[in-house]
Amino acid sequence: MPLDTSIKSVLVIGSGPIVIGQACEFDYSGTQACRVLRAEGIRVVLVNSNPATIMTDPEFADATYIEPITPEYLEKIIETERPDAVLATLGGQTALNAAMALYERGTLQKFGVRLIGADVDAIQRGENRELFRDIVEKVGGESAQSIICRTLEDCMTAAELLNYPVVVRPSFTMGGLGSGIAFDSLQLEQIAGAGLRHSPTSEVLLEESILGWKEFELEVMRDQSDNVVIVCGIENVDPMGVHTGDSITVAPAMTLTDVEYQRLRDLSLKIIREVGVDTGGCNIQFAVNPETGRIIVIEMNPRVSRSSALASKATGFPIAKIATKLAIGYTLNEIQNDITKVTPASFEPTLDYVVVKVPRFAFEKFADADPRLTTTMKSVGEAMAIGRSFSEALQKALRSLERKEAPFTWPIDQPESVKLALLASMQIPTEYRLKEVQQALWLGATIEEVYSATRIDRWYLNQICEINAHAVEIAAPGELTEDLLKSAKQMGFSDIQIASLRGVSEEDIRRQRHHLNIRPVYKTVDTCAAEFEAFTPYHYSSYEEETEVRQRSKPAVIILGSGPNRIGQGIEFDYSCVHASFELHDRNYETIMVNCNPETVSTDYDTSDRLYFEPLTLEDVLEVVYAEMQAGPVMGVITQLGGQTPLGLAAALKAAGVTILGTSPEAINLAEERGAFGLVLKEQGLVAPSFGMASSHQEALEIAQRIGYPVLVRPSFVLGGRGMEIVYDDASLGGFITRATDITPDHPVLVDRFLDSAIEIDVDALFDGHELFLGGVMEHIEEAGIHSGDSACVIPSMTLTPEQHVDIREATEKIARGVGVSGLINIQFAMADRVLYVLEANPRASRTVPFVSKATGVPLAKAAARIAIGSTIAELREEGLLPAQGDGKAKGVSVKEAVLPWNRFRRTDGRGVDAVLGPEMRSTGEVMGIAQTFGESYSKSQIAAFGPLPKSGQVFISLAGKDKASGVDPARALSEMGFGLIATAGTAAYLAEHGIKATTVRKNSEGPGLFGERTAVDLIASGSIDLVINTPVGRGTRQDGWLIRTAAVQRSIPCITTTAGFNAAVAGIASLQRGEFSVRPLQDWLADA
Amino acid sequence: MATKAYLVLDDGRVFEGKSWGTTGKTFGEAVFATGMTGYQETLTDPSYHKQVVAMTAPHIGNTGVNFEDNESHKIWVAGFAVRNPSTLTSNWRSSGSLEDELVSQGIVCIQGIDTRALTRHLRDRGAMRVGIFSDMNMTREEMVIEVRKSPSMAGAHLVGDVSTAKTYIVPAIGEKHFRVAAIDLGIKHSTPRLLSERGVEVHVMPFDTTFAQIQELAPDGVFLSNGPGDPATMNEVVDLVRSLLTAEIPIFGICFGHQILGRALGFSTYKLQFGHRGINQPVLDKTTGKVEITAHNHGFALQAPTDDTFTTVYGPGEVSHISLNDGVVEGIRMLEIPAFSVQYHPEAAAGPHDAAYLFDRFTEMMSTKRVDA
Repeated sequence: MPLDTSIKSVLVIGSGPIVIGQACEFDYSGTQACRVLRAEGIRVVLVNSNPATIMTDPEFADATYIEPITPEYLEKIIETERPDAVLATLGGQTALNAAMALYERGTLQKFGVRLIGADVDAIQRGENRELFRDIVEKVGGESAQSIICRTLEDCMTAAELLNYPVVVRPSFTMGGLGSGIAFDSLQLEQIAGAGLRHSPTSEVLLEESILGWKEFELEVMRDQSDNVVIVCGIENVDPMGVHTGDSITVAPAMTLTDVEYQRLRDLSLKIIREVGVDTGGCNIQFAVNPETGRIIVIEMNPRVSRSSALASKATGFPIAKIATKLAIGYTLNEIQNDITKVTPASFEPTLDYVVVKVPRFAFEKFADADPRLTTTMKSVGEAMAIGRSFSEALQKALRSLERKEAPFTWPIDQPESVKLALLASMQIPTEYRLKEVQQALWLGATIEEVYSATRIDRWYLNQICEINAHAVEIAAPGELTEDLLKSAKQMGFSDIQIASLRGVSEEDIRRQRHHLNIRPVYKTVDTCAAEFEAFTPYHYSSYEEETEVRQRSKPAVIILGSGPNRIGQGIEFDYSCVHASFELHDRNYETIMVNCNPETVSTDYDTSDRLYFEPLTLEDVLEVVYAEMQAGPVMGVITQLGGQTPLGLAAALKAAGVTILGTSPEAINLAEERGAFGLVLKEQGLVAPSFGMASSHQEALEIAQRIGYPVLVRPSFVLGGRGMEIVYDDASLGGFITRATDITPDHPVLVDRFLDSAIEIDVDALFDGHELFLGGVMEHIEEAGIHSGDSACVIPSMTLTPEQHVDIREATEKIARGVGVSGLINIQFAMADRVLYVLEANPRASRTVPFVSKATGVPLAKAAARIAIGSTIAELREEGLLPAQGDGKAKGVSVKEAVLPWNRFRRTDGRGVDAVLGPEMRSTGEVMGIAQTFGESYSKSQIAAFGPLPKSGQVFISLAGKDKASGVDPARALSEMGFGLIATAGTAAYLAEHGIKATTVRKNSEGPGLFGERTAVDLIASGSIDLVINTPVGRGTRQDGWLIRTAAVQRSIPCITTTAGFNAAVAGIASLQRGEFSVRPLQDWLADA
Repeated sequence: MATKAYLVLDDGRVFEGKSWGTTGKTFGEAVFATGMTGYQETLTDPSYHKQVVAMTAPHIGNTGVNFEDNESHKIWVAGFAVRNPSTLTSNWRSSGSLEDELVSQGIVCIQGIDTRALTRHLRDRGAMRVGIFSDMNMTREEMVIEVRKSPSMAGAHLVGDVSTAKTYIVPAIGEKHFRVAAIDLGIKHSTPRLLSERGVEVHVMPFDTTFAQIQELAPDGVFLSNGPGDPATMNEVVDLVRSLLTAEIPIFGICFGHQILGRALGFSTYKLQFGHRGINQPVLDKTTGKVEITAHNHGFALQAPTDDTFTTVYGPGEVSHISLNDGVVEGIRMLEIPAFSVQYHPEAAAGPHDAAYLFDRFTEMMSTKRVDA
């Protein structure tokens, strides 16, 4: 059946901020949806609060609402836009839950809007565990024995029946939030208690443990004619017990016979039909008993998921794009396979390669978080690699993670005790379990020993043994023969690994390899194992005979992406890379993307002219450059858009003779190397906070004493504030250096004067060598000391004077010129006592580029790409890519707020981790609120990031000594707005001195009072508090503050930890009380003069 | 220790790899199969007789071999080419390693070659003669000459090699509803099993069974199996089918059997460039408009009009199924007499079970026929 012409306009719901369990894969899927719908002439209305997405670029929809994804805002948008249909299956769990809420409040019915993709009944059947169990039973499948519980008492009774350990799974949550495995009643109380709170329906499922079983996932698609195909089967290397998002996964399944695979396929077909997902994709998870083959159906997602993105990248079958076409009426056989051009989409991709996905974690950011992997997803990103064998794909994937601990190593002279320790520790899955497995096997553990410790299928263990055996051959004395080198490369060994086994340098190996002409060829991901010709140049490397890179005549520009998402480097950088690709393609260059993150838009084969799915290491990038130079002219490589990953490769690429487009590696070094940068500032007459570079502990202490405490200390060359801390005295400085750095003259530590209570300012600008274009000046809402990535900020700035603006512009231009920037530069300033300090400059695209671009309507990343290939700002102004005159000008008031993953992590004792902001970045994503006033845009940003601010109720306030004075005004305002104030004794007394009445509450450390008076923590935990203001003292969690903040996070109560944030919240609440509640599409904002 | 091995194509292209399975030399028609699972079924499928099969899936042998999944009593492929054979077997049903099985059955194999390059070569230039040589002291030229001396698939009559010598019976499971004569042109174990599950007693009969012998059995229907070789050589079986058509005995043919039914109706067959060998092939059922994902293994196809019904001496018929990938005829059916066939494999071993309904269609046809009578 062709296009359903009754659908003239569709509301697409995005997935909001990047959080753990819901990352940029939904930008990828949503962007595809928007493209498909617009290509069909359908009006697209889009809602997404995440400004860093490609989908929220104004050209991807007819009306783009950067608004909170809540039923209230959605209803208002539906009322304004009156779409015919809502497409909610491509925006993750957020969009699906939002659609269900719209149904429940009657919005869909009221405005006659229908859900396309999956209807309400199907969503309920897929997501409601009881209904789903019935379906599984009906189609002849088996579910794990389980019991639905709605109270903790239910849980305790159920656990007795099922026997411990039991698995806890809350309903309607994403990424396994709130789920876990309980081995005893104490653990059950903690896990199920949290699960009941996180589940919007307050129900959890307790289930028999199938820990250690094999785990598989099938991606299924169905059209309205009931044609069903399996796009991809994925096998988890980590058996049941580790969330699939945290597991190392492989496609296709490696350890099933056809008979067994077809059983899973048959069940999948029956399930999708019975659930009634009429059109689109879903994924179904299975556990298989490794001894008997018994199959348990675990769950299904009646929507496009993270696994769908992975499956799309793994197979070349674009699930989201096809799902959208199915949703508007097409059938699978009416849709062409993009890659072959001649065959239809009604087929099942077949792979002639192996895909391995490995998760990327961020435990180092949450020092007190429990590093054990469970059924709650904790990874923040992932890397995928493709090879012609499992070992090749695995080793490529491990180096794609950009973790020096991840790739396999082969240490010599390890005692037996190490092996035993590894065999013991690998029983508990953690980030580096696979490395432990490899090391144990290397040290002589048997496959059976490792299997009984991990239940990782013996086939995978044997593959690792083969890698280890190869390492022995490589390391053996004698010549490194051509055969040996070639087979090592075929098994995925990097030049670095071979070099370290041979005791020579990486360059030595590379030279020898090139001398022997051992270079990778590039194969094509084509959905069909070469049965049909592929027209889409989506390549991966392999050491084989025949390359498939085609000759070309147009000059190529190679864009390096940003690798796996991590805290500090995520979707914002992908956004800039994608923009560069679009712009350069339009300028008639052949754009070539190199990246290894399967979630992204940049790794959509539709984005660039050619896609190389490769690790972002020097070796892998050099080989891509070489291959493309054989294929035609190459202008050079753009390294300034993908964040620190490509930037870190620039100097080595240049040294290897590669042309770096845009800002030169020398200029990058000038900005990053503190001594050199200090000289630049000095020449330009700019000031930075006093600082010093210490290469020893003693030196650090001397510097700190000279410049005065507090000081900010960190290792040099880091992104996202990793390993950064504010310390107030010698003792804590010493502690930090011992704990967090390996200080040596090669790894110096920076010691900066920390500016208390300064206003921090972020600037994104373009410079072409002559002219500066100031993209935007953002003022942070939190004062200096909170990492800029975690700080809320506003554009235009609210407190800077016009003179200060001029100063900032001048300083930016001086730095850009002094460093020698050609393209984008991001500078952080601090304004303290009317002095403008330069904190740091990054000559690259920053995290805020997409936010500034959305707020001002100026495509900074596109302009940067143009400057990189030689255009001037004057030319870009003339052709209209940049405004004809002047700088970037914000339309309305836009607030960016960071989203933090506190609720994802627990300490090993099962309690929450401290929810306090600091100089180390911890946020996973961001949202944007845009409105006419600061109050409303701030309030929107809070609603989008955390949930609504209260309009009335009780506020708990506890201010650190240094914050008491600045907390008076907002506290007074809240009191006048009708809020009840509750404060700890010190704060209450201080407020009373200033004529503000507050009820005193006991600190937790004081315990309940004589007459049973409850403590602040009790009040929060019982839900009697609507807003928490708690500013911490320095770093180091004081027990009281920590308990207060974690209680707030667990209860999902807004918790504000700075007085600046307090002030902003008051403005937001005032706006809510005034009933300000507007929605407006970005296109309208940008059309404003 | 594996020694050097060469896969040598008729057109002179040589792939160097290492020996696997048995060392020595072997010849056949080079084909590629794209299934990611099911190598055991593929190896034991008689339709692959005299073919050297290259697997596009890079890892082969991971799950070893087991007793249940054989499609016949032996491995039929003439040779086997893979990228990465497994050195360890991991599966709860496994009874042994694949390599041991290949060695014990004397199958000459090659590993470590660029199977994707080979596939692309065959795709672009067509299936052709091939040899695998390992542990041979021969020059490339000598190997190519030997390959060119080997017999070609066009015109090959191979059914005699694979068919049963005498009739055997697969009893119906549960209550017996029908008796079917299955002409073994290279039948796979799965087919009689799927029929028997539907209450059919299957008499698997040699390829040279006569019409009189079938009449003697008085079956409710006749099944024409898959098999190897060139359908153009199958004149005797074609004549048998014509007698069945005249007698209006219900007929269901698959693969080779489909080609033979087609020839009996007066259509010709032709050799495809590189054939269909995979378990992901979309076929459109023209009657229902539905797409089924099916298992294919055919190098020849039927030439028949796909846009309209056709007339034959046995009455009108139509093309019922077509390949969505390339429009090849994938099924035909007669409109007034009970006979139909599909080019693909509803028994799907290996492969998806989407087309299993065809066995039901066959039993329905037999029961309708009986009701009519």
